[in-house]
Amino acid sequence: MKVNVQLFAAARDAAGTKSVSVLLHNHGTVRDLRAALIQDYPQLAAWVGIARFAVNMEYAIDDTALSLSDDVAMIPPVSGG
Amino acid sequence: MITIVENSIDLDSVVRSVEDPAAGGVVLFLGTTRQFTRGRETLSLDYDCYREMALAKMEQLAEQARQRWPIVRCSLVHRIGHLGLTEASVAVAVSTPHRADAFDAAEWLIDELKKSVPIWKKENWADGTSQWVHPGSESS
Repeated sequence: MKVNVQLFAAARDAAGTKSVSVLLHNHGTVRDLRAALIQDYPQLAAWVGIARFAVNMEYAIDDTALSLSDDVAMIPPVSGG
Repeated sequence: MITIVENSIDLDSVVRSVEDPAAGGVVLFLGTTRQFTRGRETLSLDYDCYREMALAKMEQLAEQARQRWPIVRCSLVHRIGHLGLTEASVAVAVSTPHRADAFDAAEWLIDELKKSVPIWKKENWADGTSQWVHPGSESS
């Protein structure tokens, strides 16, 4: 399945785009997503290691399984306030 | 009032949004743009956000605060975009029947907002470089 990942801040600058997509097997997890991003977008690798991922606007863990309709976003360490 | 704005935060409206006859105190916290961080000079800041999730997280924090303190009203406003020195990037306002709870709740809200709400700050340094801040490179 194809998963689109929204990018923000430093990750967006590193990739030069607002979102990227990767192919995962069905029921792929956030862990699989990290590996696919590092492979397909090496310029994001430094951020993939320290980012959290949000699935449908909630922080996910690495074991969280993804599905085609999920809203997925890469969340570098936040610095609001 | 839970909102993200692109222009100056209207402080009067933030304070008015927490006024209530049941309240005996209002605490307003503002996060403002600081010129020097560990000796390094900032000219301006730029903020980015994941708007839908940031608003959802801010709503969740307000709800959690309501469960911990006897909050009458509370407001969280974050500004994004480009900010000059002294400008406020965030406002937290809390009203409670007695002041101690308003101080405690406002402090907890800004601390938690900085940990979990998907908003990012970029420092535009006086030496001409720019850098997204993240905990560790810390200037927040």
